[in-house]
Order: sequence, then C-alpha cells, then structure tokens
Amino acid sequence: MAPRFEGVDFYDTGSLLSEEERAVQATVRQWVDERLEPVINRHYLEGKFPLELVPEMARLGFFGANLPEQYGCAGLNNVAYGLIMQELERGDSGVRSFASVQGALVMYPIHAFGSEEQRQRWLPKMAAGEVIGCFGLTEPDYGSNPGGMITTARRSGGGWVLNGAKMWITNGSTARVAIIWAKTGALDDPSGIRGFIVPTDTPGFSARDQQGKLSLRASDTSELVLQDVHVGDDALLPHSAGLKSPLSCLTQARYGIAWGAVGAAMGCYDEALRYAKQRVMFRKPIAGFQLQQQRLADMLTEITKAQLLVLQLGRLKDQGKATPQRVSLAKRNNVNAACDIAREARRLLGANGILVEYTAMRHLANLESVYTYEGTHDMHTLILGEEITGISAFE
Amino acid sequence: MKIAVCIKRVPDTETRVKIAADGASLDESGVKFIMSPYDEYAVEEALQRRDKAGGGEVVAVALGPDAAQETLRAALAMGADRGVLLKAERIPADALAVAKALAAELKDGGYDLVLFGKMAVDDYHHAVGPMVAELLGLPCVTAVSKLELEGGKGVAEREIEGGVEVVEFALPAVLTAEKGLNTPRYPALKGIMAAKKKPLEVKPPALGEVRVVAAALALPPERKAGRILGEGPDVVPELVRLLRTEAKVL
Repeated sequence: MAPRFEGVDFYDTGSLLSEEERAVQATVRQWVDERLEPVINRHYLEGKFPLELVPEMARLGFFGANLPEQYGCAGLNNVAYGLIMQELERGDSGVRSFASVQGALVMYPIHAFGSEEQRQRWLPKMAAGEVIGCFGLTEPDYGSNPGGMITTARRSGGGWVLNGAKMWITNGSTARVAIIWAKTGALDDPSGIRGFIVPTDTPGFSARDQQGKLSLRASDTSELVLQDVHVGDDALLPHSAGLKSPLSCLTQARYGIAWGAVGAAMGCYDEALRYAKQRVMFRKPIAGFQLQQQRLADMLTEITKAQLLVLQLGRLKDQGKATPQRVSLAKRNNVNAACDIAREARRLLGANGILVEYTAMRHLANLESVYTYEGTHDMHTLILGEEITGISAFE
Repeated sequence: MKIAVCIKRVPDTETRVKIAADGASLDESGVKFIMSPYDEYAVEEALQRRDKAGGGEVVAVALGPDAAQETLRAALAMGADRGVLLKAERIPADALAVAKALAAELKDGGYDLVLFGKMAVDDYHHAVGPMVAELLGLPCVTAVSKLELEGGKGVAEREIEGGVEVVEFALPAVLTAEKGLNTPRYPALKGIMAAKKKPLEVKPPALGEVRVVAAALALPPERKAGRILGEGPDVVPELVRLLRTEAKVL
C-alpha cells in the first residue's frame, strides 16, 4: 500500500483554515487514500468510473457540499468545498469531475434557478447519490461559444419539446437526470437560453459513451441526443434566463477545478519527491542532482502560489466577491501549473513514470482534459484580457 | 444505553517528533495531533452500541489541553452526543493521576459501559482504562477484539498468545478496544458541521497526586548505514561470518 499522503504545505496554509475546514480535508484525504487509491488504476485502465464508490461519497457528504443542509447537503463554506475538490483530484481528476458535475453543474442550477418544488424533489436524492446528474451545454460545434447552440425547446401544449445534440457530457450515460440548456427563441438569440430538468428515461433521450479517450479514463463522457423529447412545464428551471445562467454554473465548477488542480499537483510532487530520494543513480539518490532539485523547487513554488491563490479566492467567494474573472484567473493559473508539474514529475520518474503504478502519467493525461474543459486555458486568457482592457477579443 | 468513551489527543503516528528544550517533553511546534487510533475503535463501538440499543447517549471524555477540544469534536463529528474536556495544560505521566480524574468524572454518570482504546500510542501505558475500572469498582476487559452485549451481560473476545480468550462479564463494565473490533467510520462532512453545535463542557480535572514524572526523553539511536561487502559467491563466507559475529542474527 502506498504511504499515507501527508500533504504539501510549505507556507503553513493549514493555519489559515478553520478547525472544520481541516477536519473536512482530513476526512476526504483519508477516504482517497483508503478507498479511491486502491481501485483507481484498474478503473482507469478499464475506462470505467468507479460507480461503486458513489454511495459512500454521498454518505460522507461530497455532493453539493456547499449547498444548504435543508436539502440534505453538508452546508459547508466554499473553502471547505474547495478542499474536497482538492483532495478528490489528488486521487483522480475523473472522480473530482464526477463530484463537480453532480454538485456544481446539476445541484447548483437546480438550487439557483429551480422552484422550491424542484429543489425538494431533486436535491436530497442527488446529495444522497441516489440520482446522478449530468449537464448538457456543450454541443459538437459549440464548445467555447455555447451561445451559438442549436438545441431548441419549443412550446407544445402545456409543456416543451426539446431537439438537439450535446457532446463531452460527463456522467452522461450514468445520469438519471440531465440539465439541458436549449434555445426557446430564435437561434441567433442567446437571451432565450433556458435550462430544463430532463429525466434521462424520457422517450427520445439517448446517451452514448464517447470511445477512445486517452484522458479522464475513469470518468464517463457521453454524447446526448434529444429527439422530440417532451417534458412538462415543471421541467423548466423558472429562474434561468439567458446564457449567463449556464455560465454561472461553469463559474461554480471552475472554482472547484482551480482547487482540484492543486490536489493533482500535490500528488505528483509528493510522488516525485519520494522517488527522487529513493532512486539511486551514479551512487547517489537522484534528489541530490541539481536538475532534479530544480524540478522539485519549481513544483513546490507553483503549488504554494496556487494554494494561496485558491484560498483567498475561496474567502472572496464566501463574501460574494469571487467574480467570474477572478475564478478564470485561478482556473487558468492552477490547471496550467498542474499540467507542468505532472509533466515534470513524469520526467523525473524516468521510465517508471510511464507506468500506471505511478500516478504522474495518469494525472498528466487527465490534466490535459482539465486544461481544455470548463473554459479552455485560451478562453480564460481572453476573459482576463477583456477584464483588463475592457475590449472583448471574441465577441 | 449510556456509554462513556475516553479518548486522548496524541501526536500523529507518522509525525517525526522532536524533544523540547527541557529534555523531558515533546516540542509540539509543527506537530499534527490526532485521536489515538485505538480510541477510534472505542468511539465507533460506542456509536454502534448506542444505535443498536435504539437510543441512549455517547459521551466523549478527554483529559488534556485546550487543543484537545479538537479531538473531542472529532468524536462528536463521528456521532458522539456530547463532549467533556478535563482541561489540564499537560497530561501527567502518572497514569493513576489521570485515571483518578477520569473516574471522578465518570462515577456518577450512570454509564452502562465505559470504553477506552487499549492504549495511547504516545505513552504505551495500557494503564488508564484498567485503573479507572478499579477506581469505579467495575469489571474490566482489556484489548477486546469482539463484543456481544445482551441483557446486562457481555461476552468479549480477546486475542491472546496463540489463540482467543472468551470472557463473560456483567454490566456496567470498562472495556478497552483492540484493533479490529470494528471499522471506525469517517467523520462525515455533515457530522463535522453538526459537531460545532453539540455541547462540549470544559472543566478542571480532579487530578490525583502526581507521583510519576517523565524525567527525560530520548530518541532512538540512528540506524547505522549498511555495508556492501562485494558481489558474487566469493563474499558469501564473509557475509555469513559477519552475520554470526557482528550482527549476531545467525
């Protein structure tokens, strides 16, 4: 069994956490060591999400943990929520993605844009892991530009008819419910975008896993097809209004990703450091060579910066001051840093670094997806560019 | 069923400890503290017994510094109903003094069961549980690895050298938990939030007279580096000779 993960905390950021925040982190960290680590490699190689872990993740409160207790959620603050994401992603980005989608992309919009009946109906079951959700925004031809989507929702009797296709949908084939974003007005009018809660057993709804992924292999990624899917009026999220509604969900998820990337980076650094101390070449541990010391020094520096960044972002979020642009900066910086750290860790591990028994290559492959999803690195660059200059480069 | 579970705040077993300037205590700076792992089995057992009985109360009791409130809250997060901290700046090295303070707290509590870990992983005393039983005049079973309770009586299994001993006892009783008694639960996130709202009483301990003090602490000597004698069958005789004469393992 791998040694217990002791964390990476060069600047004593643990002292900036409350007792509850530290306790939350300890629970998730221990769970990852004891429950996720022993099974993740097999699932990764087989290309399967470890679905059998969902009941325990739910019982421990990992889903929608920052939503209120009255809906069966843990009612944590955003820093504690971020720490959950960090520790989960130290295990695997795919498992963190599962929790992100369930909490930030499905439970969050039901809470933020749903009616009280919808909240009562769905949130407790989703917190309990009895209902798995997915989030249908991205389409085959509309990734970075979701406002261009061509999925439509048209009035039909007392309800709606949905038509369209969604792609790159995490949990798509396992989900019992999908949040589908569709245009209720003209195709050139993003202000008509509304969200719908669509049970996946509704006639006309189908999901098919996308094959051939070399990244996020322990996560289901699917294509959704909606062909004349009839839903009642109660499927509409009444408070959703225009493209800004799904984008606000993405801000929630990106916030968690910014934390998650730190976890993956910490795992890679920890592994690289252990390996460097114990691997002997030219009669001394490779940790004694300047090239590896530089690698490790760079990794620790970037991890420390990333930790301080998300911690302050979390405090801002708890004060209602985490703007989408501030979240963009953190997602962009931390995922990019994690990619670099995973790659350098992989290289430090030499030939062993390509094996699944070490984590660096799996993290590296995963992080390439994380770099691209939830707003590509490039889009976050442009979001910041617009924030700085007041001039949009893409609209 | 009313159950008390006595827990201790100890340095994390994977912490590399340093000795403080006084030469007789630990330098606690930068040391992570946890609930002594055997105590986790005791807490878990208490919770399971309460829930199986369909109700009652689990009271977590600790003797230690203010920071031991965090250890108590870990027990509350697992599901204990309330906590009591007998606040002492330092936990005395005299197990009997500690046992007296705990016994004074427990004696009028009306507990059906008092649980401990079989030992604290920092001092290895194995003593406080049995001493509390003695002071309370209760039967005591140590290092319990399996437990059945029914109708005011209990049957416990203890792993002993080369076998298992089965012990019957009357309730109320004091038991100390061995590894394997159960699988301690993770403190769920809701439990962590709920722990903040559960009662935690802080009061001074009725410590007995302290007649044992730690005079000095020393770290184990560093292991000497290994020696490579050479390669191939030619060096085997020399290796065997050294294993006999120097290492004395053959």
